[in-house]
Amino acid sequence: MSEFGNFCLLLALVLTLYALFASLLGAWRKQHRIVRSAERAVMAACGSITLATGSMLYLLITSDFSVSQVWEATSHALPIFYKIAALWGAHNGSLLLWVFITSIFTGVVVYQNRFRYRDMMPYVIAVLMVNLAFFLSLNLFLSNPFNHVVQVGADGSMLGAPAEGRGLNPLLQYWAMVIHPPILYLGFIGFVVPFAFAMAALISRQLGDAWIRTTRRWTLLTWLFLGTGLILGAKWAYVVLGWGGYWGWDPVENSSLMPWLVGTAFLHSVIIQERKGMLKVGNMILVIMCYLLGVFGTFITRSGVVSSVHAFADSSLGKYFLLYIGTIAVCGLFLIIDRLPYLKSDRQLDSVLSRESAFLFNNMMLVVACFAVLWGTMFPVLSEWLQGNKITVGPPFFNRINIPIGLLLLLLTGVGPLFAWRKTSIESLKKAFFLPGVFAIATLAVLLAAGMRNFYTLMCLTLAVFVTVTIFEEFYKAARIRAKSNGENFLIALTRLTLKNKRRYGGYVVHFGIVLIFVGLSGNAFNQEASQTMAPGDTMKIGDYALKLTDYREADTPNYVYGVTYLDAYKDGKFLRTMKPEKRFYKTSEGQSTTEVSIRSTPKEDLYTVFNGLTDDGRYEIKAHVNPLVFWVWFGAAIMVFGALITLLPDRGGAFATPQVSMNLSVPMEESVKEQ
Amino acid sequence: MRGPRLKFMVGGAVVLAALVWLGFVGFQESKAYYITVNEYATMHNQLQGKTVKVAGDVVQGSIDRGKIPMEFVISSQGQELRVRYVGKDVVPDTFKDGSQALVEGVVSQAGVFQASHIEAKCASKYEAEYAKKTK
Repeated sequence: MSEFGNFCLLLALVLTLYALFASLLGAWRKQHRIVRSAERAVMAACGSITLATGSMLYLLITSDFSVSQVWEATSHALPIFYKIAALWGAHNGSLLLWVFITSIFTGVVVYQNRFRYRDMMPYVIAVLMVNLAFFLSLNLFLSNPFNHVVQVGADGSMLGAPAEGRGLNPLLQYWAMVIHPPILYLGFIGFVVPFAFAMAALISRQLGDAWIRTTRRWTLLTWLFLGTGLILGAKWAYVVLGWGGYWGWDPVENSSLMPWLVGTAFLHSVIIQERKGMLKVGNMILVIMCYLLGVFGTFITRSGVVSSVHAFADSSLGKYFLLYIGTIAVCGLFLIIDRLPYLKSDRQLDSVLSRESAFLFNNMMLVVACFAVLWGTMFPVLSEWLQGNKITVGPPFFNRINIPIGLLLLLLTGVGPLFAWRKTSIESLKKAFFLPGVFAIATLAVLLAAGMRNFYTLMCLTLAVFVTVTIFEEFYKAARIRAKSNGENFLIALTRLTLKNKRRYGGYVVHFGIVLIFVGLSGNAFNQEASQTMAPGDTMKIGDYALKLTDYREADTPNYVYGVTYLDAYKDGKFLRTMKPEKRFYKTSEGQSTTEVSIRSTPKEDLYTVFNGLTDDGRYEIKAHVNPLVFWVWFGAAIMVFGALITLLPDRGGAFATPQVSMNLSVPMEESVKEQ
Repeated sequence: MRGPRLKFMVGGAVVLAALVWLGFVGFQESKAYYITVNEYATMHNQLQGKTVKVAGDVVQGSIDRGKIPMEFVISSQGQELRVRYVGKDVVPDTFKDGSQALVEGVVSQAGVFQASHIEAKCASKYEAEYAKKTK
């Protein structure tokens, strides 16, 4: 079976290379039939990769420990759900997953467009094939999960296949961690589609918006997966790792944040190109960055070039990744420069107080944030290269730059939609800012009166209120006008309004989710923590809470042994509930321990308790945190996902129809009057 | 350059300058030299007072949780370093015998390295028992 899987990957590589050459040949010779044969090769390659993945899953489920992936990431006692997830539980298999997802996306794109864009598609296929060939080659020749493993005796003799595997790292045996890599991969990989279309548009000189409109759903979906993957990772860090936080500016965390930031910029920037024909060069650069940052992200995770707690060991893949990224970057830049005449803006910037300007500033801030994160993450490599010693930077660097950027972005989220296209008159500005401004100032006054003095927190909460009011106003005003003119009930008007302009109103819902996330993030300034070594009957105080240690129990399960401490939590003297933080010791994985945190979460704050182990004298090490507003990070993320799903809903033509540029539906009533 | 474009660029430049300055401050606050235990042995005189992150493998049996604060020994390429963990965070679950650890602290004249942070990765040292036969 493992030979079969290996063979399928090899076959897929051959088909991929064939498709690459056939598509280019067919485009050069203008021979439709050759391109068609390339398309068939693509579908065959995807099928072959699917078979390879299927065979790996079969090996995992049947626990064939002679195969390296199965031995590295599973054990007999592992529940079947985790045996399947072990496909991405060790390095080589995760690369196979990457190749599998890439092949699915590639196949869908080729199928979707089999009757469209005949002039661009050969080049789209070629670019997709270059991408697939690269990862397939890495997977086949450098990181093959189908490799065999044998036991070697003390005297050097081969003893046959191992009888038991190493088991899945217990830290990964948690639902959010199981789905986190595939979802992130969907986010990293998906940008190859708009990238391929962008390159095809450049090569074939088809530089209208077709490439943007046709990939809009792909971009949105990719962005959604990336954001969801980020949140899941944060949630896992918070609930499983036990250090009380959810984001540490670790290089691997950063590597998934960077494409998300640039992806957000790209999503907004293409609106400008569609509406005003501006920022064409910018969009090309952004889409190339989205794709390359995705590849770069997996490079950081796999190459060990920067040290990270994410345990993928150093591998020799690093130089191949860098070579690939460098080559693509150079080719992309060359293409852009050569096709510059086709990328001229249709218009100029008319005023600083315009929606174009707000979008442009928004994109600039996102790219700067991405650059800052990149700089901080790669600084050790840079300093070693330039100076000979590795210097790392920590959270203060990232926070100092990104918090002000975040606040500026928050401001723009509120202000951007209030600006008109081209130029906003002071009159309409005053009108638009009035209500949000009143609420914001009132909030600021209340916070100051309550004694809050932290500048960033004040700004964050004030802006959050400002933006929320602008969003609610947008929905309310438009729905009310519609309800009146159509004689509809307000709620029906609201729903129909949203469905008639999913990108705009779905986008506002996403913005509202982001606002809530910012509110949640602002709680960090007020985190409290305390630790104490407790004996039964002892009480520990933190914030308004008191924790009384009442009991301790130990028990045994097939997978692990554990100890639980029972802490009765009181707030202002009133009993809330019993917290049960736990420590587990797994029987395989060299006695890896995990901390099962016990959290009591309310919208106001989280009470977070950790049992750190027994001391030599039979007492219990307990650590507690009070983390305000964390609830809003998760809730805001859910709203964000909901909003993104709204924007993804199919139009009347069906989910895969190319959206047409709509003329006036997306412009609210007052604005369309002004435009004339 | 047209009016609005110029205004935009000037405004943007001001914001960027402020961010660069903030970045510099943040950099100074958090920079740490990344060295291995054997580099520490040779360099620790030059690094007095500086923040360092020292990388090494936790020596088997060296973790002494009975001592408050906890002490352990990390080693790399034959050199060893005794570490005392004085930080507030809980010790990560990945930290145990044989794991790759990264300890952060300020270099001082004391014989024991005072670490304010510990990061640890899962050990990957099992390959000694098994050989990989590549297909």
